[in-house]
Formats: sequence, C-alpha cells, structure tokens
Amino acid sequence: MVLAEVTGLVVATPKAGELEGVRFAVLQPLGADLRARGGPVVAVDTVGAAEGQRVFTAAAGSARLASGMRGRPVDLAVVGIVDEIALAKRSVA
Amino acid sequence: MNVGRVVGRAVSTQKDDKLVGTTLLLVEDLDAATGAGTGEVAIVADTIGAGAGDVVLVTHGSAARFTEATKDRPVDALVVGIVDAIRVSGADTFSRQRGFASGRTRRAARVKST
Repeated sequence: MVLAEVTGLVVATPKAGELEGVRFAVLQPLGADLRARGGPVVAVDTVGAAEGQRVFTAAAGSARLASGMRGRPVDLAVVGIVDEIALAKRSVA
Repeated sequence: MNVGRVVGRAVSTQKDDKLVGTTLLLVEDLDAATGAGTGEVAIVADTIGAGAGDVVLVTHGSAARFTEATKDRPVDALVVGIVDAIRVSGADTFSRQRGFASGRTRRAARVKST
C-alpha cells in the first residue's frame, strides 16, 4: 500500500458502465520524507477522503476488494485516511 | 489509474482473434496536475469511443478486463472514462472545453501562429 495526499478530483461523464457512481481522486504519492514522490495518479475513493488529507491505497487486484469495487475495472483505490504518522524520533501530521 | 491524452490510433489487421473489433489507441501519459506529457506512450484499448485529443482515464493490469467488452480478452490497458474536468488544489486545472490551464497560453499562441 502506498501513502499519498489527496490533491484533487477527476470528473468523467462518458465512462465504462461498470464505473457508474464512482468517485475519482487525484493523489500525489509521498516518499519517506512525506514529500511528493513521482507524478500524480488517479484512484477511486471509497472512504470519502477530502483534498489535503493523507491516505493510503490498495493497488491492482487488491483495489477491487475495496467496498463496492468488486468486478469493476479499477486498479487503485483509497482504502484509508491517515490520522497520524509516527516516524522514529519525531511525530508528523 | 492515470490520465492520458489520445495522440493516435493503432491499426492492426493481424492480431489475436479476441482483439477483433477492439479499438486500439495511442495514449500519452500526462501529469494530471499540470497536463505535461511524461513521454510515456502506450497502446490502450477503448470501448467507449474516445478520439484524438481527448483526455482520458486509463486503467491498467487485470482491471482492464473487468468490463463486459473486455472480459477474457488479452488487454492490459483500457480507457474507462473521457475526462470532463480535473480540479487540483482547489483550482480547475483541466476542462474538456478549455484544456489544461497550464497549456492555455501556449495553445493560444500556436492557434494564432497558424
């Protein structure tokens, strides 16, 4: 699972029927220093994450085990919102 | 999933029987926040009718086979949506009508020059 920050959302009206009613979030993956690492990705959001929140994701087949995603063409899902991260020696948001 | 731009279409006559009737697009990977191309290009199956210039949402791996049209077919990348809008950091960074905010100045200059 990957740690990421929700930076935005994607709206797509014409889409595969299997994705009706699905919310898409733009995520910026974070590195060990909790700063942006790599380019942004798009994930389905099943937990109601808001912009600015740190979240973690499940990828590939695991993404389809997120609530309501069974049998849908998704490869990345937000499966949790991070309340707190404790790093050795220091605590960060 | 990632956001990409349809930059072309691949035509293939000799291919797997299960790919007959599947549209194969050439899609360039984009940075969803800025619209900048990453330089990566892939052949992506399309069943919803995306066309040249469209910004699309692409799903990868086995997820690409989880639609009626692609079930049990040898496809690992699929267009699952045509993007209408992207909002990043509270700002509209992309709209289907106006394109990416970051590219508007550049595009306007190009239109003017032609």
